Amino acid sequence: MISLDKLALGETAIIESIETDFLPLKLIEMGCLPGNEVSLLYLAPFRDPMYLKIDEAHLAIRIEAAKYIMVKLIS
Amino acid sequence: MIKTINIALIGNPNTGKTSVFNALTGLNQKVGNYPGITVEKKQGTCKLNRTTKARILDLPGTYSLNASSMDESVVIELLLNKNDLDFPDVVVVVTDVENLKRNLLLFTQIKDLQIPTVLVINMSDQMKRKGISIDIELLEKQLNTNIVLISTREKTDIDSLKETLVNYRSIPTSPILDPLTIDETYFQSLKRAFPNQSLYKLWLVITQDVNFTKLERQKVPDSADFKTQSQSYLKKLQQRETIKRYQIINKILKETYRVNKGEATDLRSRLDNILIHKFWGYVIFFIILLSIFQAIFDWSSIPMELIDSTFVQLSEAVNNYLPPGVLTNLITEGVIPGLGGIVIFIPQIAFLFLFISILEETGYMSRVVFLMDRGLRRYGLNGKSVIPLISGTACAIPAVMATRNIESWKERLITILVVPFTTCSARLPVYLILISLVIPNQRFLGISYQGLTLMGLYFLGFLMAIVSASLMNKILKTSTKSYFVVEMPNYKLPLLKNVGMTVWEKTRAFVVEAGRIILAISILLWVMASYGPGENFSNAEDIVKTNTAYGNISADELEVKIASYRLEHSYIGILGKSIEPAIAPLGYDWKIGIALISSFAAREVFVGTLATIYSVGNDSQETIKNKMSAEIRPDGSPLFNLASGISLMLFYAFAMQCMSTLAIVKKETNGWKWPLIQLVAMTLIAYFAALIVYQILK
Repeated sequence: MISLDKLALGETAIIESIETDFLPLKLIEMGCLPGNEVSLLYLAPFRDPMYLKIDEAHLAIRIEAAKYIMVKLIS
Repeated sequence: MIKTINIALIGNPNTGKTSVFNALTGLNQKVGNYPGITVEKKQGTCKLNRTTKARILDLPGTYSLNASSMDESVVIELLLNKNDLDFPDVVVVVTDVENLKRNLLLFTQIKDLQIPTVLVINMSDQMKRKGISIDIELLEKQLNTNIVLISTREKTDIDSLKETLVNYRSIPTSPILDPLTIDETYFQSLKRAFPNQSLYKLWLVITQDVNFTKLERQKVPDSADFKTQSQSYLKKLQQRETIKRYQIINKILKETYRVNKGEATDLRSRLDNILIHKFWGYVIFFIILLSIFQAIFDWSSIPMELIDSTFVQLSEAVNNYLPPGVLTNLITEGVIPGLGGIVIFIPQIAFLFLFISILEETGYMSRVVFLMDRGLRRYGLNGKSVIPLISGTACAIPAVMATRNIESWKERLITILVVPFTTCSARLPVYLILISLVIPNQRFLGISYQGLTLMGLYFLGFLMAIVSASLMNKILKTSTKSYFVVEMPNYKLPLLKNVGMTVWEKTRAFVVEAGRIILAISILLWVMASYGPGENFSNAEDIVKTNTAYGNISADELEVKIASYRLEHSYIGILGKSIEPAIAPLGYDWKIGIALISSFAAREVFVGTLATIYSVGNDSQETIKNKMSAEIRPDGSPLFNLASGISLMLFYAFAMQCMSTLAIVKKETNGWKWPLIQLVAMTLIAYFAALIVYQILK
């Protein structure tokens, strides 16, 4: 298990757990929930922010938030 | 008899909710504010059939009923207040066919409020291309509602939506999620305490930090008991609620919604590969900005000249037609030049909003947010500050309002404070007229100096915003965590109707809002310039005539001398004279001083003020520019030369001269502290920048 910010470009993983106290509810409502698939589509310079596909949603989050999301690689 | 029903449109951002609103209401809409706050309130009317009319409210876009911004709070405050005049008889939840799952989260929440709710699935024209198929009948049954498939792009299905809305009473109002399944003990105790209340509504009242009406508060007198649970525990429950809702939605969609990935063509990745490329992405963004500014400058110059000369002709015509007198003078010297000073803005404002709304409609703006976040964060800003900074080039007022979706308070505050440095359209006419007066109309390698100067001024505005932001980033200390979640919507062709409506609405609002101020100030100025205290004003003619120095000049020249003597001793002349010592080192005379003072109401009155001042007592109808270039200093050199022109441009670039912006900043920051700091700091910067430049160049 690794934290989401360690994901490499193009990799896909399954969300294992999230630290809700440090993440906005909005992120959870957009589909960032344990069991959902997440893939890293693009990175801005310095890997930050990260452009992700979480479940069906395409969104960008900062690295500092990605650290609170634990994932398991599947590809 | 015709009856009227209330309809509320709700939906996630980027679902085409506004397109549905526009399709239903057309031009029968008005934009106002919710009382006491600056959230935009869009309302319209629509005829559903021969006997039913609808008042339609387009609520701010939101991802869920758990509000995280002022805009989102508006939605939940309305839906929990049955006594609100706008409380909907029926809610329309607009969803995007591609993101149905996420959109349904909001739908299930609203359904649980037990208000009749229609589900609109928008962009159905995309289904085939994206390989999506939906079993509508089964989905209607599972969600216990009426579904309307819509494609606002093809304008086919609005009629069936209207029909469904007319029959809103037949829509079942049963809830979808039973709160007891979230946490049995917690919700059981809540139920015991308030046996007659809807559990979900109670839960919202407890968790949402919004301004509920007295009514709702009374219903939950002891909700404090349930608030004593720690914030973190409540958040866990909210999270569990979200998971439960997704479980229900997933189960339903599994039977009704299919995507055949093979059929999907991917426009998104093809465009994203270039548009957010680590190098080309920035190059493209820069080129887009450059072309926008170039286009605004090029395209609006002809209509602006046309407007300017039309108003001169109008003044002339009115002057010839009406009998001479005070009223005629007020119209030709006060009202018409004042109105001209408003109308002349229309081309630029319209073009700016045209480009901004196209960037937003296509989905490109979110990519810019993504590209710029890291770079702007270094200065205490946020990727989302890009939108306020860009729309600040139209007007700081909508720009300050556009900071609302920046989640971090510190980053939002800094954005609000620096936005007024960006070159708003009110500065544009000041710049344009000064540039045409003092910058030579020559080209260097095919690039005109005048265009280059204008671009430099825009650049200067952005630079100043960034510099002051990084300064404030060092001064302001806060420990709040900054959140950043940006949806990257699909790329879309902009809908002509939406773009047109935005341009029309914003331009109209500008003309009406700014127009009132400008017109009032123009009239006030004319009165103050046409009357004065004491002998010097009333006997101006005799005093000038008896002045032996003017013994042998022509009658025409004598007229001019009398007029300028009178102006100097009018109320406004006295006011301008009294501040002259402070502004003389900047290269300004007392007439410019008057324009500076009146510009603190709004910058755009600068040109109008000078037009009014130079028109008073002057029968020759000239364009503003010609009048300005004819002004000379006591030593005979032109008043507007390179030094004083640049000094004035810098003053206008930096000074906080806009009452409306100050008012909006006061509203958004809840007090006078920040707008006052802004006013003082910016004006001091402006004064010293202008002073230094004039002293060096003169």
